[in-house]
Amino acid sequence: MNTLIAIAGLGIICLIAEIFNLRKVIVPITIIGLLAVLGLHYTDYSVLGLETTAEQTKGLYNSMMVNNGYSKAFTSLFILLTIFLIALTPHFQREHKSKLSDFVAIKLFLLTGAIAMVSFGNLAMFFLGIEVLSIALYVLAASNPKDTNSNEAGMKYFLMGAFASGILLFGITLVYGATGSFNCDAIYTAVRGGEVPSWFFIGIVMLSIGLLFKIAAAPFHFWAPDVYQGSPALSTATMSTLAKVAAMAAFFKLMHDLNYKVPGTYTTIIMTAAILSMTIGNIMALKQDSVKRMLAFSGISHAGFMLMVFFNPPAMSGVLFYYAAAYALAGIAAFAVLLYVAEDKKGESIYNFNGLGKTNPMMAAILTCALLSMAGIPIFSGFFAKFFLFTEVLKTGQVAIVIVAVINSIISVGYYFKLILAMYNKEATTETSKVPAMYSIVAIIAILLNIAMGLYPDFVLGLLK
Amino acid sequence: MDVSFILIILLFGAVATYFVGDKWASKAALIFSTCAFAATLYVIYRYNMGEKVSYLQTWMSRPRIVIGLQADGMSLLMLLLTTALTPIIVLTSFGNLFPKSRSFYALILFMAFAMAGTFLAVDGLLYYIFWELSLIPIYFIALIWGSGEAERRKKDVVKFFIYTFAGSLFMLVAFIYLYTKTGSFLNLHLYNAKLTDTEQLWIFLGFFLAYAIKIPIIPFHTWQANVYQKAPAAGTMLLSGIMLKMALYSIIRWQLPIAPKAAHDYKYIFIALCVAGVIYGSILALKQTNLKKLLAYSSLAHVGLIAAGAYTLTIDGLRGAFVQMIAHGFVVVGLFYAAEIISRRYKTEEIAEMGGIRIQSAKFASMFMILVMASVALPGTFNFIGEFELLYSLAQANIWLAVLGGTTIILGAFYMLRMFQQVMLGDKGTKVFKDVTFGEGFTFVLIIAVLLFFGLYPRPITDFVTPSLQKVLVYINQIN
Repeated sequence: MNTLIAIAGLGIICLIAEIFNLRKVIVPITIIGLLAVLGLHYTDYSVLGLETTAEQTKGLYNSMMVNNGYSKAFTSLFILLTIFLIALTPHFQREHKSKLSDFVAIKLFLLTGAIAMVSFGNLAMFFLGIEVLSIALYVLAASNPKDTNSNEAGMKYFLMGAFASGILLFGITLVYGATGSFNCDAIYTAVRGGEVPSWFFIGIVMLSIGLLFKIAAAPFHFWAPDVYQGSPALSTATMSTLAKVAAMAAFFKLMHDLNYKVPGTYTTIIMTAAILSMTIGNIMALKQDSVKRMLAFSGISHAGFMLMVFFNPPAMSGVLFYYAAAYALAGIAAFAVLLYVAEDKKGESIYNFNGLGKTNPMMAAILTCALLSMAGIPIFSGFFAKFFLFTEVLKTGQVAIVIVAVINSIISVGYYFKLILAMYNKEATTETSKVPAMYSIVAIIAILLNIAMGLYPDFVLGLLK
Repeated sequence: MDVSFILIILLFGAVATYFVGDKWASKAALIFSTCAFAATLYVIYRYNMGEKVSYLQTWMSRPRIVIGLQADGMSLLMLLLTTALTPIIVLTSFGNLFPKSRSFYALILFMAFAMAGTFLAVDGLLYYIFWELSLIPIYFIALIWGSGEAERRKKDVVKFFIYTFAGSLFMLVAFIYLYTKTGSFLNLHLYNAKLTDTEQLWIFLGFFLAYAIKIPIIPFHTWQANVYQKAPAAGTMLLSGIMLKMALYSIIRWQLPIAPKAAHDYKYIFIALCVAGVIYGSILALKQTNLKKLLAYSSLAHVGLIAAGAYTLTIDGLRGAFVQMIAHGFVVVGLFYAAEIISRRYKTEEIAEMGGIRIQSAKFASMFMILVMASVALPGTFNFIGEFELLYSLAQANIWLAVLGGTTIILGAFYMLRMFQQVMLGDKGTKVFKDVTFGEGFTFVLIIAVLLFFGLYPRPITDFVTPSLQKVLVYINQIN
């Protein structure tokens, strides 16, 4: 909870700094602030773990918030991702200097939403979190008002997102109607205690639909490619890393808490969504020329992979965290390179990446590593993420879906390598400029963290204990 | 000093080669690979003295994964092949001026590192990681420094990558399944997994897909000839000399002992598939007009025979496979080097455009002749020992299979000698063939010396590998 308040405060400080004309120091202050919060959060973590177990289980603020290993680990990941995204902001928005504080503050508020989504103890808090996150994203999608594509993206995202929120809310009311409480613990007890009316399960399915929309899983994925492509590249990066991972974490937490007695047919729903997402995402990604759009579809397929965690929730929290972290870090690194190329070549089509291996070997190498990680080639953490996931799913006896996932991994190599080939096997068409320092720093740190995760998976998995 | 030291030398060598710059890269690569070779010899010496050279260290506790590098006769022999061929392959590239040569040589060393790791790994997942890692350098080597039109090459190389990657993913699923059964990736635990017959069959097939694509066994061979032709000579040598041996070695190390029942039950199907590859490769080789493609298909025939020998599940078959893996590794590197030398001077790979080399360079012609003879398994060469043992093991399984497999020698002699005649003999014509340089000759002499020495005295190799093979054979015959 301290973390949440501190970050919201940081966002307000950001806005105030603008009034006092301290624009130049906003980003350094925010990053230092976030690092401090991360440190605070970590010490909090170790102290809480030892002493206040009673408070932990009871929850804080009338059980609005719960602190446990799961929420702590994901919160750290979100803060880390936000630091990367904010570090990329000043150069990306250099033509809109006057709005810098807005961009930074929105990202901080987005972060508070994300944190609320993984540490809620009450469905009201959950909904608040998801709305704070979504509204911040609508603004970010439309944050380039002079570009019609960006406007279109914002509008589309808002309309579709509002609709999904409606379904989500309807689901929450049905759950409330069935159990008489918004409190997750109370709902859990009620469900475990005896029979629940059938509309409880309808509520669960509606909640799932709302969240499947937010994580852009098929068949609720139609908004994603258009919105990703229309939005400014940095907003796309935010959506496809931080927002997707946050929604997935929330989905998992929600189902883990509520799903005690859901009948086996629910597995069928999840399995269908997972298989559809993987396959549609991958097959559509094969045909894309725009790299942003390709990454959007690749994100859809990764959402499908992550959905596989629902086959055995109790054993999967660590796996989900590992997968999410590996995916998000690779995504940040890939987007940092994409931002540079898009800016340098005035376009984000795959042709703009031609010859990057010769003109800028370092950025090309980073992007290659990020793509290899997403494709699941060993030593990068993406491989271990898939490996842990497949291991746990096979333990539940679901061999068929693992085979589908494996086939999809093979398909995904096709488009990831298309990009790698363009970088190394084609000649560059134009001269290139220097890489902005911040882009390369973020890309390097993100990819190093990704590789480090691959070398020491025990540490990351241990965070949740 | 244990075997991990050799991996460290190769990995460090790859990094150092990259950083010394384009000018010194080739020399640095040669020095590091020779060091690794020397270290391998020392490790083998210590192993023979009965000292412990394995390396074991826990990597992850859950799932339990161990960084385990096992040193026994089989793995050390393959390690020796890798580290012996790497300096030779580096030497063969000295005549080429590659752009960005530091990356090229660094990738060669990195690939040697990954392949050495594959041969040594005792933990299934570690083995898989090395197995996949070896794919990345060869992908870039073939893609960036290959020959031919860029678009065509791109297609072939990507096809190769996706094929092999697809195959190995099924192997990964098999490994994970075994892990859920036994709670370990260590090969000894997997050997004792107590699987049912159906499970064994599926596991066997999962492994088979990975290996059949890599070796390649028909009908999974379609990537091979094109990639062999388009990759730079060093890449082709790495692929055919060492990398496909990873799969042959893995059959004996992993596939057969883990799923022995399936191996026994379906033995004849797999032998027949491999023998079909032998005949198919030989017939295709007859029709090739491109020198590198001809060698590629001849290699397809030879490795098919090795795989067939391994699937006979007899001690002769397994030992023959090991002997022939070493012999084939050296011969194929030598042959591709000869092809490379010719195409460097004649700027063509078409057999029809060659000829008249013997008149101009008797030295080159005689060395090439010895390699051709070794390739068709003339008695006195190392390959003869290998092919003889393999055919003997096939005869134990079924005499007709041995007869069919034996056609490779006849057909091989036919197409190789015809190729030699067309390429080397004839009038001088208009094309000038510069005599071989000292470096080139030296490389050939090294390869030929190995082939002839072990052809006359193979005992060091067979004695070295037999005890380990017998241990594995116990697991392979453990069916109940």
